[in-house]
Amino acid sequence: MHLRAFGAVIVRDLLLAFRHKSELVNSIAFFILVVSLFPLGVGADIALLRKIAPGVIWVAALLATFLSLDQLFRSDYEDGCLELILMSPHPVSLIVLAKIMAHWMLTGVPLTLIAPLLAGMYGLENSSIAVLMLTLLIGTPILSLIGAIAIALTVGLRKGGVMLALLILPFYVPVLIFATAAIDAQIAGFPVSGQINMLLALLALALTLSPWPTAVALKMSLS
Amino acid sequence: MNRLEVKNLACERGGRLLFSNISFSLNPGAVLVIEGRNGAGKTTLLRMLAGLRSIEDGVVSFDGLSIEQLADAYYQQMAYLGHLNAVKYDLTVSENLKFAQQLSTVVSNIDDALHKVGLDGYQDTLSRHLSAGQKRKLALARLLCIHKRLWILDEPFTSLDKSSIAMFEGLIHEHVSQGGMVIITTHHPINLPDSILLRLTL
Repeated sequence: MHLRAFGAVIVRDLLLAFRHKSELVNSIAFFILVVSLFPLGVGADIALLRKIAPGVIWVAALLATFLSLDQLFRSDYEDGCLELILMSPHPVSLIVLAKIMAHWMLTGVPLTLIAPLLAGMYGLENSSIAVLMLTLLIGTPILSLIGAIAIALTVGLRKGGVMLALLILPFYVPVLIFATAAIDAQIAGFPVSGQINMLLALLALALTLSPWPTAVALKMSLS
Repeated sequence: MNRLEVKNLACERGGRLLFSNISFSLNPGAVLVIEGRNGAGKTTLLRMLAGLRSIEDGVVSFDGLSIEQLADAYYQQMAYLGHLNAVKYDLTVSENLKFAQQLSTVVSNIDDALHKVGLDGYQDTLSRHLSAGQKRKLALARLLCIHKRLWILDEPFTSLDKSSIAMFEGLIHEHVSQGGMVIITTHHPINLPDSILLRLTL
């Protein structure tokens, strides 16, 4: 019974995103623009580009995710659907997890799939691109999960923007550090399993610890 | 037996006591009309009864257990309709209802519900193309296709025309005659037999 509600929320959010594409396209377009403008600005120094590639791509992915987060609960809050969801006979944390998963499918997954196309501009080799994709695949859901807590806290405020950044971005730093360190290590010829394992540990932590406070924060925002 | 009991409920907002010592009990087959001037705290009271607002002082119990203890079990029995319709504009009429059903445990036919509120043939219309009154009707249809014993309705007649209000009063009557309970706030005079009506003035 709970699983059916879980699936229903994911399907609904995906359907809504495809009916209302502009929000979906916004963050992806931002990612593509930032990542493809950098080489034009820096110049054709391939050694330098290769060196900054992990940082630039990851910072762009991080900010793109951050920009898209505001929509996570906003429309449901404004049209009353959030009340409907909170008053369903299912654990709110489960429903929240479904919404976060849908958000990741609409941002993290496309970013991971587009990244290898853009990485070519930075002269990354295929093996490095594989590590980049792996870090994005593990790292972007962490970004969505952490962001959800802060979004839930600020959904009742009319202008949560700056406070939101202050709340979220410090927690994004570990993900950024381990993800870029993994790619740097690969480029330098070292094993990457340590950094990848750290990312996986962060993902496990975020998966188990994020939905519950998000649910509590949503209830607080509504009351 | 299903019954809603409220004892000594009080609420303070912004340093002002909105209401205090609210006590009543509501049995199956009855409609409670909550009256009061603007700002008396009708919506706040309803949100407390719906579990959306935490109860600071007093007890709200359903079947003898407080609604905070019941949590999910209470939500299997209660449906709330607030000022917002909880209608997604980018979903069709039937997609909106289907989603509400997927979140509920016991459901009934969507087409029947739409027929009862007079939205026949709108199944595949995007909700953003409905008028304000029709959106309200869609929100009311949601009550009909998820089976809940207790309806908590905050100004359900907003933007409905006279014949629709009469239609919806009929649906309320039907619901309570089947053992349901309704708590309602409205500025319209409500046209239901006095035998099933209770009134509470804030």
